[in-house]
Amino acid sequence: MNISDEELLKLLEPAKQILPPKIFNELYEKVRGIPLTRDELSEVVNLAVNEYLNTLIEPGEPIGTVAAQSVGEPGTQMTLRTFHYAGVRELNVTLGLPRLIELVDARKLPDTPIMVIYLDEGHRYDREKALEVARRIEITRLENVITRVDIDLITSTIIIDLDLEMMKDKGITTNTVVKALGKIKAVSQGVRVDEDDENRIYVEVPSNYDFLKTQKLRDRILKIKLKGIKGINRVIVQRRGNEYVLITDGTNLEAVLKVEGVDVRRVFTNSIYEIENVLGVEAARQALINEIHNVLEEQGLDVDIRHVMLIADMMTLTGSVKQIGRHGIAGEKTSVLARASFEVTVKHLFEASARGEVDELKGVAENVIIGQLIPVGTNLVRLAMNPTLARSRGDR
Amino acid sequence: MGWKSEKVRVNILEHELVPRHEVLSAEEVVELLRRLGIRPEQLPWIRASDPVARELGVKPGDIVRIIRKSPVAGESIAYRFVISG
Repeated sequence: MNISDEELLKLLEPAKQILPPKIFNELYEKVRGIPLTRDELSEVVNLAVNEYLNTLIEPGEPIGTVAAQSVGEPGTQMTLRTFHYAGVRELNVTLGLPRLIELVDARKLPDTPIMVIYLDEGHRYDREKALEVARRIEITRLENVITRVDIDLITSTIIIDLDLEMMKDKGITTNTVVKALGKIKAVSQGVRVDEDDENRIYVEVPSNYDFLKTQKLRDRILKIKLKGIKGINRVIVQRRGNEYVLITDGTNLEAVLKVEGVDVRRVFTNSIYEIENVLGVEAARQALINEIHNVLEEQGLDVDIRHVMLIADMMTLTGSVKQIGRHGIAGEKTSVLARASFEVTVKHLFEASARGEVDELKGVAENVIIGQLIPVGTNLVRLAMNPTLARSRGDR
Repeated sequence: MGWKSEKVRVNILEHELVPRHEVLSAEEVVELLRRLGIRPEQLPWIRASDPVARELGVKPGDIVRIIRKSPVAGESIAYRFVISG
């Protein structure tokens, strides 16, 4: 007697209410091909559901401690291993323990900020098109496209010779340079191109500038941005599978998302801070999980992802990314004794007594200090009495 | 909302890192708080200035349902309480 697929789904409906989608699908797939009677089926489903309920974490389980130990112990094995590894030919990316510390400290800027930019349908299969997007993103300053720069003291002008080949490569014309120079207030009136040679530009120095000031002006002119996005210093085009991706040195998520030709859905940056600002806390939570898990996995450490999720949940609890430590989770505990037992003991005790803080003794650390049982597991259960209920039942 | 004066508007909700966010109706809020037996501020928070919150136009006091993709459960549902700031 075979049960039809529709009927099977109907019989499994109560289990669907309890089981998470992934486990339910597994159960459904396993049960589907096997000829079972209805009684056998309900037996199987009951066993599966009960097994699932038994594996759930019970209230009072010290999951934070378990997570801390589960990440901390493998972490000790990381310390002696390599700090850096050459990931993308020329680019170096911080990995291992330094990166893990960076993540849990919620640093604003990573040690080695990088982005991986995927391209949209129209640009991802062609190297030339990918380079086109790369040129839009990579920052190009005047100093990158010149052969030489001189200061002529007699006529008090700065002479700039442009590098034709570099300009072509970066997609810049003499006109772009002139326009960019025009934005500098001090020289905006005195920019002109040589009549015979369009690759030579003269910049008139204001008459009241002395030599030192002129030199400073030259340095400023060399640094002006002609093209690209601030913060992105270098772009490398790389083939991944059947598509081209851009890997950058430096990160600026907000600006890159607006660049034409970029696949908005898959832009990656390793700066959690930027993700939080541009994509929100939930995206930051997910990015933290991915990054921490990657670091651990890359080192060959098999830490269950649920521990990592708990860490990310705690870090994003208040709606913004907080570090674990003195200025974050550990430093904002309500209990004075718990805070004092972590770092800068005297400061916390002193300030608490000055302010007359009260310790409710609800956490673990403070109860360890005063030698009480810790409120964990079965000790989380408290007895409460309802006097009116007792009276109404006629008890004394 | 989002980047006002920019000519290119990017829909951040499409990004793969951003899970689906939904605003709870008044009835759903009552039901949720009763089921969990907590006050709304005991939930995790999300700021009203959060990019996704702004995109959805939620106000402080609302509760947002977040449908996350999870490698363990396939899909998991979380809630955040919208705070000002």
